[in-house]
Amino acid sequence: MSIYLDKNSKVIVQGITGSEGSYHTDRMLKYGTNVVGGVTPGKGGQKSAHGLPVFNTVKDAVEATGATLTCIFVPPPFAADALFEAYDGGIGLAVCITEGVPANDMLKVVGTTPGMRIIGPNCPGLISPGKASVGIMPGHVFKEGHVGLISRSGTLTYEVVDGLTRAGLGQSTCVGIGGDPIIGTTFVDCLREFKNDPETHAVVICGEIGGSDEEDAAAFIKEHMAGMPIVAFIGGRNAPPGKSLGHAGAIISGNFGTPQSKIAAFKDAGVPVADRPSDIPAMLADRLAALPQSSR
Amino acid sequence: MNLMEYQGKELFKRSGIPVPRSGHALTPNDVKAFIEKNLGEWVVKAQVLMGGRGKAGKIKFANTAGEGHAVATDILATPMPPNRQNPSGEPIKSLLVEEKLPIAKEAYAAIAIDRTSKKPVIMVSKFGGMDIEEVSEKHPESIAKHYVDTAIGYSPFIGRELAFKADLDPGYRKELPGILGSLYEMFFRYGAKLVEINPLALTENGDVIASDAKVELDDDALFRNPEFKEWHKTLPLDEDEQLASGAGLGIRNFRRFPGTVGTMANGAGLAMATMDAVTSAGGQIANFLDVGGGANAERVRNCYELVVNSTGAKVFFVNIFGGITRGDEVARGIVQAMKETKSRKIPLVIRLTGTNEEEGRRILAEAGMTPVETMDEGAARAVELAR
Repeated sequence: MSIYLDKNSKVIVQGITGSEGSYHTDRMLKYGTNVVGGVTPGKGGQKSAHGLPVFNTVKDAVEATGATLTCIFVPPPFAADALFEAYDGGIGLAVCITEGVPANDMLKVVGTTPGMRIIGPNCPGLISPGKASVGIMPGHVFKEGHVGLISRSGTLTYEVVDGLTRAGLGQSTCVGIGGDPIIGTTFVDCLREFKNDPETHAVVICGEIGGSDEEDAAAFIKEHMAGMPIVAFIGGRNAPPGKSLGHAGAIISGNFGTPQSKIAAFKDAGVPVADRPSDIPAMLADRLAALPQSSR
Repeated sequence: MNLMEYQGKELFKRSGIPVPRSGHALTPNDVKAFIEKNLGEWVVKAQVLMGGRGKAGKIKFANTAGEGHAVATDILATPMPPNRQNPSGEPIKSLLVEEKLPIAKEAYAAIAIDRTSKKPVIMVSKFGGMDIEEVSEKHPESIAKHYVDTAIGYSPFIGRELAFKADLDPGYRKELPGILGSLYEMFFRYGAKLVEINPLALTENGDVIASDAKVELDDDALFRNPEFKEWHKTLPLDEDEQLASGAGLGIRNFRRFPGTVGTMANGAGLAMATMDAVTSAGGQIANFLDVGGGANAERVRNCYELVVNSTGAKVFFVNIFGGITRGDEVARGIVQAMKETKSRKIPLVIRLTGTNEEEGRRILAEAGMTPVETMDEGAARAVELAR
């Protein structure tokens, strides 16, 4: 088991013939992801560079392939439209890699596509190591195992995962939820899944300054996941207020979104917060070792 | 992108939100000429992004053209003084001359993005004309909120409900639903992150008029309204944003700080973690820099020059996690960049990991640079070199 994605998930790629879409489709296929086709309007009936069928619309692609997941690589002005098309076509989970999607577009999309899970936008996607990868994560860093990971950032995820893998702590599923103010899937959404996933024995949360997702996650953990070993990290602790650092969502405004409030919330939920990414594996191993033998 | 009051009011006007009659002026003579043509009682307001204009004496009244010239001269004579939110103050480049309203009551109305509910939130309070952060501290219960279901959109009942919930003067009841509807439409049409009317004035004649305008547009939505790029040029440019785009980076990808350890990483999260690592190793960071994907020679050179020339960096700590990027390519890019640059030379500490990392580190070592294996090691080394 894993969350959201496994070996059998049928995946299509919106924007499969674009340079990004094509490149990452190749990598997903090599990782073992069951990519069954793609969508590029006007190129329906052709084959992609990977020999996959290309369709004009998501609806056609879903009808012909039975796909339930889509990975979206389209420019920002068309991302909301691509998400609406995925919803209309019956897709269950849409991963939107695109960076720079207007926040108001996402307000409309998330408010009007009930039942479709959206991951992103502005995210690296998700991976269930050893099974499948949807998005742009570098597969070789990951290792199959029992740690669930949720992160607002891309390369920081790889940094943390690299440390876990080197320490022998493999991962069940790693989800990059994205760094924008309005995202489809939050920490809490992922935690709810990890809680019910028998293969996930521990969780790492890589948060950053801005918003209150981390505080919400801490409240959820306190209420529902008290027994699970969880370690958190907050990036951007030395950022000044009022300015976004890289991610549009990483901004402290007034007393809102500060690292202090996030660290306090996690501590209150019994979740230790690592000072450095390199401290995470040992902290997690300690908490796993402290579990009673029967519950491991 | 934050708009000036006169720009925000231009968007209000286009959206059907009542605003006072006004003229935009660059000089005291402009103010004089405007009042000569439009006799009456006027308010002359400094056009700046920061708050606290009234307290700073940058809003003044004028009943004649001569008075207009005098108060305009006075307002333009000195920049906005620093305050808690804006420690560097702000230059005043233009003025808004606006009809003086016979104000009876002042309220507050705004629409913002609520991250937690993932909805636009409409807020109304009877405490208008005050800093809203102060209101939310002192009278949090006074701010009535409605989280809009975007599948339904705005409907007038929302405005009616908010007028009652916020206990507004009954004089607002008739106009508020329409004004909020226009504000909601404007919020989406122009890709705003915040639209705020503070105060929303109720006049002695019973009119409801937007007496001030605070509008923040989403930079990611500017492609829909190319004319705003022209407006952007009239706004006080953030120097860091200017430097970033000059170096070919996104405007959010570079920030300067007063320290001595220059940093560069690929990815915003890793760049933030790099800053944190330097700080926890006892150093002072000189900047935040996310180089993005694909650290080729030209990009690396631009970033190096940006940091060396615009910050007090004594060392440049490069932290690259090669996920998809190959380590040997990045290493060649760095070596090439350092050969080409004509800027002052400072020592480099390079942490390079991921695909082909050994080869990458060998290339760097041969070129006399200091490759390290972990972020912590790199941070410690950089801090040492900056001393």
